[in-house]
Parts: sequence; structure tokens; C-alpha cells
Amino acid sequence: MTPEPIELESRHGVVDHHVLSVLVENKAGVLSRVAGLFSRRGFNIYSLAVAPTDRSHRFSRITIVVDAASAPIEQVVGQLNKLINVLSITHVNESSVIERELLIATVVADASRQIEVVQLCSVFSAEVVDVGSGEMTVLLAGTPDKVDGFESLLSSFEVTELHRTGLVALPKLRRTLQAVPSVSDSDH
Amino acid sequence: MELTGAEALVKSLEMVGTEVVFGLPGGAILPVYDPIIDSSIRHVLVRHEQGAGHMAEGYALATGRPGVSIVTSGPGATNIVTPLANAYMDSTPLVVITGQVATASIGTDAFQECDITGVTAGITKHNWLVTDPADLPRIVAAAFRVATTGRPGPVLIDVPKDVAQSTMQWYWPERVEDLDLPGYHPEVDIDSAAIARAAELLAQARQPVLYVGGGVLKAHASAALRALAEKTGAPVVTTLMARGAFPDSHPQHLGMPGMHGMYTAVTAIQRSDLLVSLGARFDDRVTGKLDGFAPGAKVIHVDIDPAEMGKIRSPDVSIVGDCRDAIEALIEAVDAQPGPDLADWWGQLRSWQERFPLTYDAPDDDGPLRPQMVVEALRDHSPADTIVASGVGQHQMWASQYWRFEEPGTWINSGGAGTMGFAVPAAIGAKVGRPDRTVWAIDGDGCFQMTAQELVTASVEQIPVKIAILNNSYLGMVRQWQEMFYDERFSEVFLSKDLPNYVLWAEAMGCVGIRVDAMSDVVPAIEKANSINDRPVVIDFRTDASEKVFPMVASGTTNDEIVVHPSQGDARR
Repeated sequence: MTPEPIELESRHGVVDHHVLSVLVENKAGVLSRVAGLFSRRGFNIYSLAVAPTDRSHRFSRITIVVDAASAPIEQVVGQLNKLINVLSITHVNESSVIERELLIATVVADASRQIEVVQLCSVFSAEVVDVGSGEMTVLLAGTPDKVDGFESLLSSFEVTELHRTGLVALPKLRRTLQAVPSVSDSDH
Repeated sequence: MELTGAEALVKSLEMVGTEVVFGLPGGAILPVYDPIIDSSIRHVLVRHEQGAGHMAEGYALATGRPGVSIVTSGPGATNIVTPLANAYMDSTPLVVITGQVATASIGTDAFQECDITGVTAGITKHNWLVTDPADLPRIVAAAFRVATTGRPGPVLIDVPKDVAQSTMQWYWPERVEDLDLPGYHPEVDIDSAAIARAAELLAQARQPVLYVGGGVLKAHASAALRALAEKTGAPVVTTLMARGAFPDSHPQHLGMPGMHGMYTAVTAIQRSDLLVSLGARFDDRVTGKLDGFAPGAKVIHVDIDPAEMGKIRSPDVSIVGDCRDAIEALIEAVDAQPGPDLADWWGQLRSWQERFPLTYDAPDDDGPLRPQMVVEALRDHSPADTIVASGVGQHQMWASQYWRFEEPGTWINSGGAGTMGFAVPAAIGAKVGRPDRTVWAIDGDGCFQMTAQELVTASVEQIPVKIAILNNSYLGMVRQWQEMFYDERFSEVFLSKDLPNYVLWAEAMGCVGIRVDAMSDVVPAIEKANSINDRPVVIDFRTDASEKVFPMVASGTTNDEIVVHPSQGDARR
């Protein structure tokens, strides 16, 4: 069965996407192999985030958001799995994933408008991380929806710089405990 | 024991059982060539690195063992890119070792520097840039494991000059866990539930076809395939990559499917109700226009590469695993099922075979040779276990159509990549691997001119291959397309009527050269060639340029629109 793609509301319109969490060896050229595979096979990357994942720096985790229209997800997973440096691939869907993105932006705000920026930040639990003469830099880590909302409201200011990291994601943990034989069960 | 990186590399090649390498030295690989003098490994000195790669491929295809090439950095490395791409498309196990500039110079545009791991990332199964001589034994062992297990393929090891020159403490990684391949797990167990479903489908099928691809050869599954075919009674087709996997003489064999396949093989697939794909990948040359391919067929897809499942055609049953394991499991599973009655199906198949056999026009007495007839003469006057190599084009299709392949490893060709110039070096590699066998290259004149220089290698190294050039003075397959689809507007396909002089060229390279214009000279020339075993032989067969390959499924059409030889009328219904 083909997993259902997730509909992602974004500044580029609605995009069906899949989120893949890929554990790779942290070696020279691995990111290039992954990116090269996507371009070679005609798969579109919507966003990509990568960093070492353990203290020994032996492995990295790549979170890739794939445009669902560009290829069947089984093909993307199958081809990725053939890369020798790829250890495992988790296909995460919306209901079972914790996903976050980070936005950092510099907006023009003279003294009269600084309070508006601060208010907007407090509504979104964003932070003001830097203040210059007539400019402020703000930061928000949140779900893609929340980051999209914050970004669109920020546009009422003059935004001079804006960066988004792309998604990082991990599967949600199980809440139900493993079935443990109980005394009452055996009693009945 | 302290060894230089170069010594460790050569010793590692010995440890994995390498008996021959095909190569050409140069600046960055110089340190590696010194210990080769003292090694038990035979080195075949080629004239161009492309030749080294294709020889290694020919060796691998003829022996089932990985082919090994050693070349230098920069242009030496880029010259072997085509063989790597070719081996990648055809899943041929190949280990290529390239020299690289010293680590301190990497990234500085040094003399003969090229980022060959970057260049070949997309056409190798994996590649390694060695940065520490202590890694060499491990990487060589890992490279051979990756090249030869799972879906086989080419790998590349890039060795900077200083890594080859500096020293390390010798060791040999005995265990798979020592190879540092945490993401590589090629061994898979066959899903028995999938086998059971497949056996059910086989029991229900009234018009099944076993669609056999190169994976059957890679898995050494020919005997198992034959047992499955005979147990089920199903017809068998063998793709261009699978010729030899099932005997052409077997009554259940319908021949090759595809763009220039047998009418009955192509049409059987089209009308089948169950297609059992064994190590095949639904290549566009087999499927024709995809949305009209085998429209009524359920599909059982057996392949060791999970990414092949549903890549082109969505299967009803996926069986991931080694073809031989899967076929053996299928044989056991079909035992439990009543066999289907295939009498009507065979009646239909036999009537197609009778109506649309392979055919060509009888030759004119004094006209140019019919290329098909030359292939038949070669087949009939050479030993039955002859190994045939070919290039790419019309001659390749005629060779595949008219030769009779009876056993694995007798057909050496460039399938997926379609690499012109493959035949001469691949034949040389095959002969090195199987010196006991007669090796014929059936080549075109266009192909021959691309890599003929390797016949110097063959002469000097005493590798007595035989080359039959089907010389029609044209790039024949392109000419055929221009005739059929471009209104006979022939654009840049005529090579030359008289140049080169192939006999003189062959003799200049230390070969025996023979030119054949008349039908009466064909068999004597072949017999003479087969009697010469101390040097290569080149026969220049002057063939009819107007001959076209039939049947043909034109590009962009479905297999239902197959065009047969004009003498057989219109097969389309």
C-alpha cells in the first residue's frame, strides 16, 4: 500500500510531501550521494536537514521532505536504501511524528514599531535574539504550520533576511505500555 | 609486517583471489605498478583505459568472477567511466582501482587531478577515496563484497599517490563485520507467503510466460530455471541480457522478447495472463509503450533488488531475493498445486511460431552478403560452446537472434547502456577468463573502429580472439531508423566504402586479416579463422547495407504493433 502523503501548507502553496528520516554514516561525501541520487532519479527535495546524531559522530540523521508528486515514495525509499552509507530509513507520517522547523529573520523596526515585533513574538513564543539600530532579529522553532503563520505575519514588517532550516523530525514515542500479564487477567 | 600502501593493495587483490588485472600505468598510480612486478597476478597492458574496463567486464561475464582494472588518475580515470556506466546498467561485478593525486594536492586542480569518486558516484554501486594506507585491506575486501553480492555491480577505489607510498601494518579482515559496511545487508530471506501466492497464480494461469532476465545468470539459476519451466510447462523468453540462461534448443523456449525479439516471444508476453519476471527489470526495450504492455497479465516479480519492485510495472506478487533461491522455492511450492492445462496456449504459440519465424531474403548470387547468413555460418562452423561477444547495433541483434545459445556465459554484450565498441575488448577479456573456449566477437564496422586498437593488446599478450566484422559501411541501426522513420533521409551514417582497409589494419596489429565479399568464401574464411590459435583473426565480411533487423517494435508503439519481415505481411491485428 502506498502511504498517504501529508498535505503541507506552505508559502509555496499546498504541497503533498513525505517526510523521511534517514540514518547515514557520517563520512565525507554522503550528503552528496543522497542529493545526487535525488537529482539523478528525478525526485524533488522540498527541504533537507542534516547533522551528526551521536557523540562519536559516526552517524548523521538526514530529514528529507520529498515532494510526493515527483515519485512514488516506495521508489524513493528503495533507491535510497541501495546507497551503501544509508543504515535505515523511517517514513514518518503526520500523526506519528514530532516535527519542528526553525526560522530566523531580521526585520526593519524603528523604535515606534519594536513593540509590535515583540508582541508578535510573544504570541508565537518566538524570541527576539538580536537588536540593532532600527532592526531586530527574531527566532522561532515550531511546527511547519506555526512557522508558516509566523512568517506570513512577519511580512507586515520589512523583512531584510529570512532563513528556514527545513524540517527535522523523529517518530512519536509509544504511549501505550506493552501488554503486561496482570493478576486480574489470569483470575478471570 | 610493514607494507607500503601499494604493496598492501596488490596483496589484498591476491587475497581476494584476483588472477588477472587489465590496466595501464601513469603518474599517480606509479607506486602501485612496482609491486605488480612481483605479484602472482597477471597484468594485461591495454592500449586505452576504456579497453581495460570492457576487458574486465568481458572477463566477468564469461567467468562469473569480478573483473579488475587498474588505471591512473585524471584522464586515465575518466577513460574508464564508460565501462563503469556500462557495468552499472548490466549489473556486472567490476572493481576499478584509480590513481589519485597526493592527498595534499586534492582540490588544488593538480596535474591529472579529477574528482573521480564524484564523477562515478551515480554509475557505481559504491566508491571509496582512500585516505589512510591502513584502510586498504579493509576497503579492497569491502569493495569485492559489494561488487559481487546482492545485485552485483561496479565499484571504484581511488588511491592517492601518497597513500600508496606510505606504510601500514599488514592485516587481513577475515570477518564481514570487519569491513565497516554497517548499511549493507545484501542477504535476504525469501518470503514464503509470497512464494505460496505465486504458486497459486501459477496454478490458475492458462497463458503464463516465464520472462527471464540477466538476474538468472547472475544467480547461477539456469538449472533451477529449467526445472521450473519443465515442472510448470510454461513457455520461456530470455531477454538480451539472459541469452544462454535457458537453452535455445529447448522446445519451451520462445527466444528473445523486445524491440527486435521473436514475434512469438513478444506476442506471448502481450497475450499472457501471468508474467513471471525472473531477474528482469521491465526495460523499455522489452515493454515497448508501457501502457500497452501485457495488458491482461498478472505479474510475479522476482528480483534481488527491492527497488525494482514497482519501478516500472506494479507486481501482483513481489518476491525479493536471490533468483536461484526464489526459483527453487517456487519449484517446491508448485509441487503442491495441480498443474494448469496449457494445451490451448501451446497451440496458439506453435501457430505463431509457424507463421512468423525469423526470416530474411535469400541472397543474390553476386550481391553483397546477407549479414544474417554470415551469423548462421559462424554459428554452424564454430564449436558449440563458443563464446560470442558483440558490440551494439544491427549486428548485435542479428547475433542474438541467429546464434544458438545453449549455456550460461556464452553471450557477452552491452545491454542497458548500449556501448558501441564493447565487442573487441570484451571478447579479449572473455578469452583471458576462458582460454579453453573459442571466442568470436561479432562486431559492426562502426563499433570496430571505436576500440580496435585493443587487438594490439591481444596480439602482444597472445590472446587469440576472432573478430567478424559485419561491414556494411554504415552506422547500420541508425541508418535503419532513418530509412523507416525519417523518410530515407540519411544523415551522417555513411562511414566509407573502402576505408579503413581492415585487412591491412588487422595485419598491422599483428592479426590475420581476411576479407570476404562472396558467399562461397564465407565458410572457408570461418574455418581458416577457427584453425588459427596463435594470434587474433579479423574477418571483414562485406554485407548488404539495405538489410534491416526484423521483427521490430518501433519506438513509442506497443508490442501489439510489431512489424515482421516484409515477406510475412502485416502481423498487426
